[in-house]
Amino acid sequence: MIGEGLESTNQRKHSYVRDNVEVGFFTDPTVCIGCKACEVACKEWNQVPDDGFIWSGNSYDNTGHLGASTWRHVMFLEQDRAKGNQIAGPMSLDEDPFRWVFLSDVCKHCEEAGCLEACPTGSIVRTEVGSVLVQNDVCNGCGYCVVSCPFGVIDRRPSPLPDAGGAFKCTFCYDRQKSGLVPACAKVCPTESIVFGRLDDLRARGAERVRQLQQSGYNDAQLYDPTETSVRGIHAFFLILGEPEAYGLPPKPQIPTIYLKSAWASAFATAIASIIATLLAFAFFR
Amino acid sequence: MTTNSPSEKRLEEMREKAWKEGVVAGKGVDVAGGPIPRKPGYYGQAVVKPPVWTWEIPLYFFMGGMAGMSAVIASGAVIFHHVDLARAAMWLAAIGGAILSPVLLIMDLGRPHLFLNMLRVFKHRSAMSMGAWILTAFGVCAVPGLIALELHAHLIFPGALDQLRSIAAGVFTFGAAIFGTLLATYTGVLIGATAIPAWFLHRTLLPIHFGTAGLGSAAAVLELLGHRIPALNFIGFYAATVETALLIWLSVDKHGVADRAIHEHRSGWLIRIGEVLNGPLSLMLRFFGLVPFAAISFLLGALVSRFGWIAVGKVSGSDPESVFAAERY
Repeated sequence: MIGEGLESTNQRKHSYVRDNVEVGFFTDPTVCIGCKACEVACKEWNQVPDDGFIWSGNSYDNTGHLGASTWRHVMFLEQDRAKGNQIAGPMSLDEDPFRWVFLSDVCKHCEEAGCLEACPTGSIVRTEVGSVLVQNDVCNGCGYCVVSCPFGVIDRRPSPLPDAGGAFKCTFCYDRQKSGLVPACAKVCPTESIVFGRLDDLRARGAERVRQLQQSGYNDAQLYDPTETSVRGIHAFFLILGEPEAYGLPPKPQIPTIYLKSAWASAFATAIASIIATLLAFAFFR
Repeated sequence: MTTNSPSEKRLEEMREKAWKEGVVAGKGVDVAGGPIPRKPGYYGQAVVKPPVWTWEIPLYFFMGGMAGMSAVIASGAVIFHHVDLARAAMWLAAIGGAILSPVLLIMDLGRPHLFLNMLRVFKHRSAMSMGAWILTAFGVCAVPGLIALELHAHLIFPGALDQLRSIAAGVFTFGAAIFGTLLATYTGVLIGATAIPAWFLHRTLLPIHFGTAGLGSAAAVLELLGHRIPALNFIGFYAATVETALLIWLSVDKHGVADRAIHEHRSGWLIRIGEVLNGPLSLMLRFFGLVPFAAISFLLGALVSRFGWIAVGKVSGSDPESVFAAERY
């Protein structure tokens, strides 16, 4: 049964892969309690190696950022009006001088994915459910996807970690989804801050949640889903309070292929100019 | 806002002091002893990922550019009957483009044994895929082209067979020249079409710089090998003039915070030193007839600026403010 409306499908079996249904994540920081169960579940299910324990000093976030061995990352924002840190733009609820926000970051599985377009081996593919998947056995670790992701998600895993040299990121638990299971992070989320489901249902749910929050006074609540840029929307989208910059999210992410035309034009012009210059050199200065 | 217990109060005092002075005195807010500037974005974390490439890639940019453009010079030499120059240029093309370049590229891969996967698909929307095919096509032309030229030089197949050989030499040398121009310029497209602000903001300049630096480097190496002919000197003048123009372009076409990696830090100095060496300095030396010095200056500049552009990518990619500034235009 698909099309559950606005209800969560986190705890149900599904057949989205077989039915070619586009799915996504909707992550809502207003109900996140910062327990990091998603990070743990992701690491355990996907057997992502330990990449070191470093005290960052940044609130309770000692994970840092998404990368080759971090596919879910819970952010801890300490928005302090008086000190002016962690704030981009106006903050709602002016009477509240301090706000703590937790947001579980993940690969966005872009509608137009920079990493997928850049991959020269065809290792990165689009799955039946619209997610972006790196086929580990095909990837030769050229590193081009790393600089082509507008969100800084994918990275090359350094040695001496297991499977070093390849590019890694969230798989959207494609293996679990093929068996009708929900991705590990959504399955384990105790407050359903991470909701898994059909993309169209999730978008409706997200819009409804923003409306609710704004009615309750959170007038800086908005959806982070850059549909108007060349990325054309993301399959793992977020509700955010305030501006995306505070979360380290690019305000207007672009897929790098939009730069190809002008760059190649310049390359061809240079190629022709070089040939002409060389022929002139030999013709007139023999 | 907090409880009134003495320890909480003390903590709050320490926090206030730390923020005021910008340095953490005790534990509690940030790492003790460290400065606490108000970091942009999310604790100053990078928004996009800086390139993971190491020294092999800039060296490849230099090597591939020089080898590719050598084939162009070889074609010119073939057309105008400079047989020795053509041979030398094709040796440069074959060694640089068909041997050293692939070796450097494979060394940089995270999984070198899977390098053949590069030819698993053909994707015109991926500059990396196009580059792999261009390099392959270049090698396929440069090596037979060199062999055909050498057969002619050593008169191995005299008579009617030599006719066939000269056709082969022409076809393969011109083929290598066509793919060679692409080999020298696609690297600019490669880093220009990425999410790194300082790179994509200069995507028009990069192929011109890389291609022209390749042409000038090829001429410079051939001059240093003893081929001191006016044609190569002219190419040297052309390349140094274009590079001088690019230096001016780069210092005029500034994008503020978005591309500050080009104008600040160590990466900025690398770019500046490289551009001065292969631009104005090389031009001046050539003007005063100091051809070998001009050639060395150009080669150094071409090499340093390639390292500079990769360094710029690392600095720019790690700088969240650059990404925000480039997108909020």
